[in-house]
Amino acid sequence: MQVYIPTPLRSYTNQPFVEAQGPTLGALLTDLDRCYPGIRFRMVDEQDQIRRHIRIFVNGLPSFDLAHGLQPADEVFIVQALSGG
Amino acid sequence: MVGKKKTKKVAKPARKSKRAAHARAEKNSHNLVLVSTRKGAWLFHGNAARTNWRADGPHFLGQIVNHMVLDPRDGKTLLVAASTGHLGPTIFRSTDLGRSWKEVTRPPAFRKVGDGEKGRTVKRSFWLAPAHANEPGVWYAGTSPQGLFRSEDGGQNWDAFSGLNDDPQYRAWMGSEQDGTPDGPMLHSIIVDPRDPKHLYFAMSSGGVHETTDGGKNWAPLTDGMEVVEGFEVKNLAFHDPHCVQLCPSNPNRLYQQNHCGIYRLDRPSKTWKRIGRAMPKEIGDVGFPITVHPRDHDVAWVFPMDGTTVWPRTSIKGEPCVYGTRDGGKSWKRLAKGFPKSQAWWTVKRQAMAADCNDPVGLYFGTTSGELWMSRDEGGRWDYMARHLPEIYAVETAALK
Repeated sequence: MQVYIPTPLRSYTNQPFVEAQGPTLGALLTDLDRCYPGIRFRMVDEQDQIRRHIRIFVNGLPSFDLAHGLQPADEVFIVQALSGG
Repeated sequence: MVGKKKTKKVAKPARKSKRAAHARAEKNSHNLVLVSTRKGAWLFHGNAARTNWRADGPHFLGQIVNHMVLDPRDGKTLLVAASTGHLGPTIFRSTDLGRSWKEVTRPPAFRKVGDGEKGRTVKRSFWLAPAHANEPGVWYAGTSPQGLFRSEDGGQNWDAFSGLNDDPQYRAWMGSEQDGTPDGPMLHSIIVDPRDPKHLYFAMSSGGVHETTDGGKNWAPLTDGMEVVEGFEVKNLAFHDPHCVQLCPSNPNRLYQQNHCGIYRLDRPSKTWKRIGRAMPKEIGDVGFPITVHPRDHDVAWVFPMDGTTVWPRTSIKGEPCVYGTRDGGKSWKRLAKGFPKSQAWWTVKRQAMAADCNDPVGLYFGTTSGELWMSRDEGGRWDYMARHLPEIYAVETAALK
């Protein structure tokens, strides 16, 4: 499925949309990490929690759960969520 | 047309001479100052006389760079501890002085805990330290919240070192996140005894100074003589706040420490720190963050005193910046402020942001939170700024290029 990559992570993918697969959000991120080594740890910490200033939307709805089930036609948007100077 | 041609003719040699000057500076480049900031990193290349500096940067623009260190054992490997507002902490590596960078394979991370247990998360790698000269490729890292990590492959893969991160007693001394600095609790000042790779020190803000003599199998606190903030219990290590500890390369038995509560010296095998900051002028006091030692004279050290009164402003005292230096092991201190603004300069210098080079006379460097980089070519006798308008400076390191 298509995954949107925010600008802070483009140094890994070099493009805004990439293809990745997985039956869950966690599996999808693991697949992404296989293609772009290191990218998962920047988004998910060592306790398997999505980092505080990363937001993931599946078909437009926010998800905070790596066990969230995915269908091949789903759209996943990873976005940055931080303000300040 | 003619005018245009003329301009071109003038411009061309100018560009050439600029390039030639760069090439000359590069060829004669002997000094390197590594500057880590809240929004990127810079390398300043200096000639042997330290009179001309070329800024190379920003590297990692916008990224929070806590520390950048050149491996003194190979003179070419740079490690950078970086994170961003959004992304988790990582480490980048370069083997060509920053012309190219590669993220390491496995940056420091705490143990993943089981269900029902509360695990910790590395927010940033804060302090990078090359291990002993006889251990090429081995590095240590201190993190926030406090953790101690080691890499044995040049910084590519990092593992928890010595069981400290999960030790119940050390976890108690590390305290909660509330017991740390405004930027979080941090493990810093990782020091390797140049005579013995198994003899290490580190410090925690908060949590005290600690030592191992058996390569991390056993650790023991080293806090006797250190004071704590009035009202706190001195026996509780969680209240001890060493800001920066340095070992004298010319005498590895001597350590200096800038603490939240004073400046100290320790001469091993003694285990009791002596508060040498008592000899500072009363109106200046002995509060500060960084301390820097002379590479060849164990009686010489420098501090940047800061205002620790009332609400802890942590600025220069009265807005009049000054470095204080001792040349007799802390028995007396001299104000070194020639070249600094005489008023209305409210600088803060963080604990990693002051460094000495190995030249003779020694060059001193420090960076301010307001983004100024200052240097002295004569051990503090006279100060000039090297750069202004950088982002908030977190760390300054020096290196001599071979």
